Amino acid sequence: MDVPTLRPPRHRVSRTAIWYWAARAALGWLILLAAQVIWLVADDAGVPLSAHVIGLAATAVVAAAHVTLMPLWRYRVHRWEATPAAVFTQSGWFRQEWRIAPVSRIQTVDSERGPLEQLFRLANVTVTTASAAGPIKVGGLDRDTAQRLVAELTANAQATAGDAT
Amino acid sequence: MSGSVSGSMTGPVSGPAPTDWRRLSPRMLLVHPVQEVVRAAPALLGLLVAGTSSGGKGHLWTLAGVGLTVLFGMLRWFTTTYRISPEHVQVRRGLLNRKVLTVPRDRVRTVDVTSHVLHRVLGLARVEVGTGTSDRRHDSRLKLDALSAAEAANLRVELLHRSPAAQSTVAQSSAAQSPASPVPPPAGSTLAGETELARMRPGWVRFGPFTMSGLVTVGVVGGFVSRLVSEGNIDLDRVGPVRETWRWFSAMSLALEIATVVLVLVVFVGVASTLGYVLAYGNFRLTRHAEGTLHVTRGLLTRRATTIEERRLRGVEVDEPLLLRAVRGARLSAVTTGLRSGQGGQRGGSMLLPPAPRVEAAAVARLVLSHAPGATGPAPLTAPFPEPLTAPLIPHGPAALRRRFTRAFGVHVPILVALLLLWALGEPPLWPWLTAAALLPVTALLAADRYRSLGHALTSGYLVTRWGSLVRRRVVLRCDGVIGWTVERSFFQRRAGLATLTATTAAGGQSYQVRDVELAEALRLATAGTPGLLDPFLQRAGSVSQ
Repeated sequence: MDVPTLRPPRHRVSRTAIWYWAARAALGWLILLAAQVIWLVADDAGVPLSAHVIGLAATAVVAAAHVTLMPLWRYRVHRWEATPAAVFTQSGWFRQEWRIAPVSRIQTVDSERGPLEQLFRLANVTVTTASAAGPIKVGGLDRDTAQRLVAELTANAQATAGDAT
Repeated sequence: MSGSVSGSMTGPVSGPAPTDWRRLSPRMLLVHPVQEVVRAAPALLGLLVAGTSSGGKGHLWTLAGVGLTVLFGMLRWFTTTYRISPEHVQVRRGLLNRKVLTVPRDRVRTVDVTSHVLHRVLGLARVEVGTGTSDRRHDSRLKLDALSAAEAANLRVELLHRSPAAQSTVAQSSAAQSPASPVPPPAGSTLAGETELARMRPGWVRFGPFTMSGLVTVGVVGGFVSRLVSEGNIDLDRVGPVRETWRWFSAMSLALEIATVVLVLVVFVGVASTLGYVLAYGNFRLTRHAEGTLHVTRGLLTRRATTIEERRLRGVEVDEPLLLRAVRGARLSAVTTGLRSGQGGQRGGSMLLPPAPRVEAAAVARLVLSHAPGATGPAPLTAPFPEPLTAPLIPHGPAALRRRFTRAFGVHVPILVALLLLWALGEPPLWPWLTAAALLPVTALLAADRYRSLGHALTSGYLVTRWGSLVRRRVVLRCDGVIGWTVERSFFQRRAGLATLTATTAAGGQSYQVRDVELAEALRLATAGTPGLLDPFLQRAGSVSQ
């Protein structure tokens, strides 16, 4: 059959993003593990030690699977592309989504670097339109690419008139 | 009102120049205490009933509280001033915490004029200026409570109808005799530049009982009575009629008791809903003004007037709650930018038609859409095109139907299993499980109806999508109002070859979904809706490669 489908956007995010996603996920799991350890140490309610150890082991296994598999899966899915006319992104892993916004309807272009992203020398770019539903977010870009993308989108968006609603 | 003084540059009321700080109407000093007292009525009534016998200090505190709120309300008149300059609307208010709200005039999107019974007796009206902010924080809304009715009407014209006449001086608007002046018409009259699109018909009252708005009334009355009882320390057993009714009621069998309660509730809610319908929508009128605004006035006791700019109109939404759908009724609301559609029967300020015959809703929607100025978009609707409101919709196919059933039973069956397990463990009795099992056909019906509602179309420059069962909604969105697309596919949707297409927009609900449609169809819709946008991202593939 000859049905048109969406092709994936052209660019992958930076490879470093894999490490960034892994680190972010690992941090979350570490907090949970720490809480479990504290419970183990401070426990005086008579929960048997084996139960604690099994709980810890289970958390560790799930955490290891999530931390190793999720970033790789994400890296395969996350892609972006900006043309003079539109921004196009693909994201998600279990629930995938493709977002397309015309450059003529762009309201703001933000670039942001969280502390963890700084550590991996990454940045994300958020493109908002006049709709409150779902800005387009491109995460895990290396800094230069992010800056180039922001400059490009801003220049293109300025070229169109009107209040973009 | 004041006769125009020839030669003087005075406005219709007391005569400030347009940029001066103006005050609210002094007559609100009368309104406010009464409002506060009404609000505190249950407490006061309780006080009255309890009398001085109980002797506690609590009642004194209640009285003092009411007195204080009245005092603060009166202070508001002295601290609130507003002005309208050529560029801004400004409101100063607050006693200790002075606050100046400034809104650029070109950001004013709606002007609501409300007058309650008391307001109307004294010839007052409350003005609420809606700006582009889509948030629901009432704090930042520009509210003037209250101006004299004439002043309020003038303000509306001043703010929304930026015709040259309205933009010049306020002095001009005092010349009420001249027909060309932008003085708003007194209620009920028709001005030259005004066309009536819809008007309340007595027959529409039949939809009243089906709006279920009476449920709220039941809650309010219940709350009122319980508060009255608790504040007044009334022993219900001592009230004769109540005791008699209770004795009669408890003599019946259980089945009869349930039937009686249901019957009483149905009758009560029905009557209350009808009353509510008449009070809220009596005198309803929808008109279009030549300056490019839609004007909704309604309300029997409390009058509300809402103005919507047509250039911000991006579409309409037709809602059919289940009960209303059963009697072929529907309500209509506008999808406009800068006006987030509110919840409930009134849909915030965007209501265009109260519950009315479905045919009527479609006709009014067509009238509204056919004139909406399309600055960049499709030509206005003309007769030969299939109309977006009545055009047949494309169903979403067997995969979507299966998904409706799996999702419905995916919730229901686990609950059944859990209940059965609990029963097997000996915890609760069997009847919850039996009830849940008996409800299975209802779930199936719901799933089937949800599928029946699903549909979409693209006709004459409008994207049409319909969904929902308990409230079936049909949204008609102008394609040039679409400012982006999202294609979402969960794992299960990918396996079923389906996708959810979301059109994001700056208007109304901010995004409207076409649910569980085949991927190819979703892409066809998006491509046709915004020509050229998707083309560079499409490929002709032999098979879907994910």
